[in-house]
Amino acid sequence: MEKYTKLTGIAAPMPLVNIDTDMIIPKVFLKSIKRTGFGVNLFDEMRYNRDGTEIEDFVLNKPQYRKTEILIAGDNFGCGSSREHAPWAIADFGIKCVVSTSFADIFFNNCFKNGILPVVLPQEQVDLLMADAEKGENARMTVDLDAQEITTSDGDVITFDVDPFKKQCLLEGLDDIALTMAKSDTIKTFEEQAAQARPWV
Amino acid sequence: MSPKTLYDKIWDAHVAHEAEDGTCLLYIDRHLVHEVTSPQAFEGLRLAGRKVHAPDKTIAVPDHNVPTTLDRADPATMTEESRIQVEALDKNAKEFGVHYYPVSDIRQGIVHIVGPEQGWTLPGMTVVCGDSHTATHGAFGALAHGIGTSEVEHVLATQTLIQKKSKNMKVEITGKLNPGVTAKDVTLAIIGETGTGGGTGYVIEYCGEAIQSLSMEGRMTVCNMAIEGGARAGLIAPDETTYKYVNGRAHAPKGAQWEAAMDWWKTLFTDEGAHFDKVVTLRGEDIQPVVTWGTSPEDVLPITATVPNPEDFEGGKIEAARRSIEYMGLTPGQKLTDIEIDTVFIGSCTNGRIEDLRAVADVVKGKKIKDGMRAMIVPGSGLVRAQAEDEGLAEIFQDAGFEWRMAGCSMCLAMNPDQLSEGERCAATSNRNFEGRQGYKGRTHLVSPAMAAAAALTGKLTDIRELI
Repeated sequence: MEKYTKLTGIAAPMPLVNIDTDMIIPKVFLKSIKRTGFGVNLFDEMRYNRDGTEIEDFVLNKPQYRKTEILIAGDNFGCGSSREHAPWAIADFGIKCVVSTSFADIFFNNCFKNGILPVVLPQEQVDLLMADAEKGENARMTVDLDAQEITTSDGDVITFDVDPFKKQCLLEGLDDIALTMAKSDTIKTFEEQAAQARPWV
Repeated sequence: MSPKTLYDKIWDAHVAHEAEDGTCLLYIDRHLVHEVTSPQAFEGLRLAGRKVHAPDKTIAVPDHNVPTTLDRADPATMTEESRIQVEALDKNAKEFGVHYYPVSDIRQGIVHIVGPEQGWTLPGMTVVCGDSHTATHGAFGALAHGIGTSEVEHVLATQTLIQKKSKNMKVEITGKLNPGVTAKDVTLAIIGETGTGGGTGYVIEYCGEAIQSLSMEGRMTVCNMAIEGGARAGLIAPDETTYKYVNGRAHAPKGAQWEAAMDWWKTLFTDEGAHFDKVVTLRGEDIQPVVTWGTSPEDVLPITATVPNPEDFEGGKIEAARRSIEYMGLTPGQKLTDIEIDTVFIGSCTNGRIEDLRAVADVVKGKKIKDGMRAMIVPGSGLVRAQAEDEGLAEIFQDAGFEWRMAGCSMCLAMNPDQLSEGERCAATSNRNFEGRQGYKGRTHLVSPAMAAAAALTGKLTDIRELI
């Protein structure tokens, strides 16, 4: 995975609550056996008419938001299925940070595996960023993962929390399977003990 | 020792490593795999030259894409893309040596129905799958949850997951359920109460008399939808009902191993005084047969209610409700029992088990579905299908006018050819009423199997209590 660097980019507002994984990437696009190429179908049913033409008033279709890199979203973003195709589509579109008051657990975890930083903030701060994002392409925000800060186009600085291990993995672009495999002796010891304690498993 | 919850006990028994910051390596006892969320994970292993760490603990079955028509052995019944996914699973299962139930095997079915049915799922285990409805297996007192494809690859390679512990939430349903009220109504009523984000960050333990009185099938229905309430996992402490269901299944322990397992399983309950971070209590007697009106599983109302007004909500939910009502083609104030239905779908990992089919048969026996109604019953596995045929249920369904299908996920998520068309309105026993879930612009009302059966007969959303 690429290292997560300081990001300055356009933020788009999506205030709708409970944006689910079926909205993010409808199931008709889950039939690929690859991890890439989903960006064009991100938010497909909200973004395109049935004939494939764009729905003009959908936020990512507006000229000022076509190069969005940061999404400011309503509560409970990413609820629903475990499909990693949702963060794959978001990352493939070019979005590297999603801000909301809350995320569904599985989606939240999946983001970190794909170079996307999900940021949880209180309602007032999400409202502030939402208002900033409404300004369009002139309002570029900066997300500094290392410092755990988001800076609005007006220079307001908001700090956020992030799990230290997940932060390190993003910043250094670590492969967590390799990290775990380095602990293979520990796993083996556990397996031996578990086989004694619960031989039926 | 301080008192522990059921979740604490299972968690503690599976921590292989804990870092100073609380990040753990959680050992996984059973890894279930299906064709949609696994191809990229197997490909990842291949590219890195890695093996499956514990193929004996890995069980694969195709379910999402497979056609459910009787002629499905014919490859032409599948789209090219679906066929590639199923073939990829065939190939990966063989190459990596994991347990496999191909489409041609009578044991094939929805992964969350096959696991318990074959005795792979046992109390006290950790169970994961690249599918959010893995929560189903919590009905056995197993810690079971969905994972993404990167985590599927991680489990394949290491048999562990990098995890931090969730918080404990107790959902207690006291007392008894009234006639016509099923496990599906209970789980929907809970989500109606907590909202789809209410369980985020928690593992739920369901308890109380009404939960204990449920069969294993009913308990699986309740735990299945923990994720719709935001909780990755839902648990029910194992008891005699659980042991009875498990005993004798193909992969359940036998003889001395069974005795040893029972000794441990009997310790799997929440200790008196254990701490829960959140508690929700509902009275079983207060729960009514329910239906969803909107496009979020939290949009739950008793069947006797009317479509709400968006202005009745607060904050972001006002706009969401407005959007839902428009999408669903409803009018605020409209009686739910006046909503006409085009299609009935009975099946899914929520309600595709034998007990669900028996409930449907009870309602439709000797009757006919409404003229013009499209109604299909998709059993959760080939074995459920065979049992329903043995019990004479299939005949009842066919006489009533239902299509009697082969096993699979089918119209729950409409990845196979079973889909709603634009504007088509469906009473479904599945778990998600999201926009487009059952087909582009399709409209879904989530209900219990009995209520779905009633809707098939009357052509409208119907209060099952009027038919019993």
